[in-house]
Amino acid sequence: MNTADQYLKAIYLVQRMENGPASTGALADRLDVSPASVNEMIGKLQDRGLADHEKYKGVSLTDEGIEQAREALQTYCIIERFLHNVLEVEEFPSEAKALESVIDETVAERLDTIIDREPQCPDCFDAEADMCAELVGEGEAD
Amino acid sequence: MTVNDRVSTDNQLARLLQIGIVLEEVVEVRAARHYETLSADERDADVEELLDEAREESADHRRRLEALIDQLDAEAVPLEEIQRLVEARYAQTGPEGFDGILYDQLHGEETAYKFYDDLIEAIEASDTDYALDREELLATLKAIREEEADGVEEVTKFMERRA
Repeated sequence: MNTADQYLKAIYLVQRMENGPASTGALADRLDVSPASVNEMIGKLQDRGLADHEKYKGVSLTDEGIEQAREALQTYCIIERFLHNVLEVEEFPSEAKALESVIDETVAERLDTIIDREPQCPDCFDAEADMCAELVGEGEAD
Repeated sequence: MTVNDRVSTDNQLARLLQIGIVLEEVVEVRAARHYETLSADERDADVEELLDEAREESADHRRRLEALIDQLDAEAVPLEEIQRLVEARYAQTGPEGFDGILYDQLHGEETAYKFYDDLIEAIEASDTDYALDREELLATLKAIREEEADGVEEVTKFMERRA
């Protein structure tokens, strides 16, 4: 998953939690990067028609951005579930975050063929716990 | 954890190599299952050879990845469990028809190629000292990546000949 997709996923989840635009600070906290880095990436996402940034309010995803964010979230959910269910990794949330930049969507789709994922994925993703809702209680959130 | 983190520990590297093993297992099992699902008029020496080669090559890649994991300072790997899981999953499913078989084979090799390509890039971008020899690691992964690229080319040509 590339960096832009990681940002889209974070914006999508923060928007869902805050029920409105995602603030730069909340995104910086969630991604553990500087607010300057967040602003830079938001500018790029805006240029690509994936997000809208309104001063003092925050960033919202466009329809296209939402679609891409949901795909990224689904890829991430597959990685978490694969680490947990197949490789039996205890600290799967932190390991999934460490590996997500190396795992492409097509690779995740292949891994998806050997895990049982809920049809409502990624709607059931737990944004607060930052992990697949099916796995909440089994892994330590960051 | 920051975005774009690269492969910075033995454990992370071991996980990624395990993912490579799973991708190889899938190709291996599917190649074997595919041949079994062919009808009599779809079977011939060329198809058999193609699927046999794919299966043997994946088994060889899997062994080479296992040898790399053995050298890492990482948690135990439940390889038998992975084999059992992949086998069980594909014992009941198969692609529809001959075109599906070749397409599936092609997709499996393309996916593996993409994975090794990304993994090599991530390792090259990291300055971590792993418990195994970095040159050996990269040389092995690059050799496997090239074989996957050859596999993609071979299946593509095969499909063109059959078209």
